[in-house]
Amino acid sequence: MGVSVAFWILAAVGVMAALAVVLLRDVFRAALSLVLCFLTVAGIYITLSADFLAAVQILIYVGAISVLIILAIMLTREVQRGSPSNRLQIPAFIVAVLFLGGVVFALLNTPWPVSSTPPLEPTTPAIAGLLFGEGGFILPVEIAPLLLLAAILGAIVLVREK
Amino acid sequence: MVGLEHYLILSAVLFSIGLYGALAKRNAIIILMSIELMLNAVNIAMVAFSRYIVPLALTGQVFTIFIMVVAAAEVAVGLAIIIAIYRHRETIDATKINLMKW
Repeated sequence: MGVSVAFWILAAVGVMAALAVVLLRDVFRAALSLVLCFLTVAGIYITLSADFLAAVQILIYVGAISVLIILAIMLTREVQRGSPSNRLQIPAFIVAVLFLGGVVFALLNTPWPVSSTPPLEPTTPAIAGLLFGEGGFILPVEIAPLLLLAAILGAIVLVREK
Repeated sequence: MVGLEHYLILSAVLFSIGLYGALAKRNAIIILMSIELMLNAVNIAMVAFSRYIVPLALTGQVFTIFIMVVAAAEVAVGLAIIIAIYRHRETIDATKINLMKW
């Protein structure tokens, strides 16, 4: 019961915040509502009993990525010009609505093999075992730092003064 | 009672909003924010599948962690590209950045 109420509140606030991201004229306010949307996604993870992911979501998205985005907004003086739409506004809206209708139709007509087992709690030891244990995801875990290193080097090279 | 379909519909709605923003906006930073929105929607779907289909395997949550890693790398490089373009051309209007368009 409590989980249902929490889900509906979080879903309503999250969808409102996501709409505000694409509809607000002010870029800075759009960034702030994106932060609100990230926070509600963390709450959604908690209702799905993914406690570790909720903490990671707040640390990475709310903490780091939003600061990066706000910093980029500060560095590019586009705040005065707002967030206008291009000529494709109506086709983009039609594409988005068609996509939403197709996906909702498909997922409502699929018989999902829903399991009645209660979820694992807490999830952190199990995720650690999957990421670093035998027969788990140790190779992707070792490739991920390479990707991050390449991204850091690429970002430094791109923004360096000539 | 909230079930798998509710989470999947929420994920589809957030993804469609992000899709609209990525297609219809001119400010490159707003486009990047819309892409982040789409990645978050996919993460919700992953965690919902992991919770309702295989509650003890947690594979979807591990996939979500890798998506977050890729999203962090993507946003760092994307914002660096945007700042480099702004320094070069004094604008981040995606309709005016047409050097590679014919």
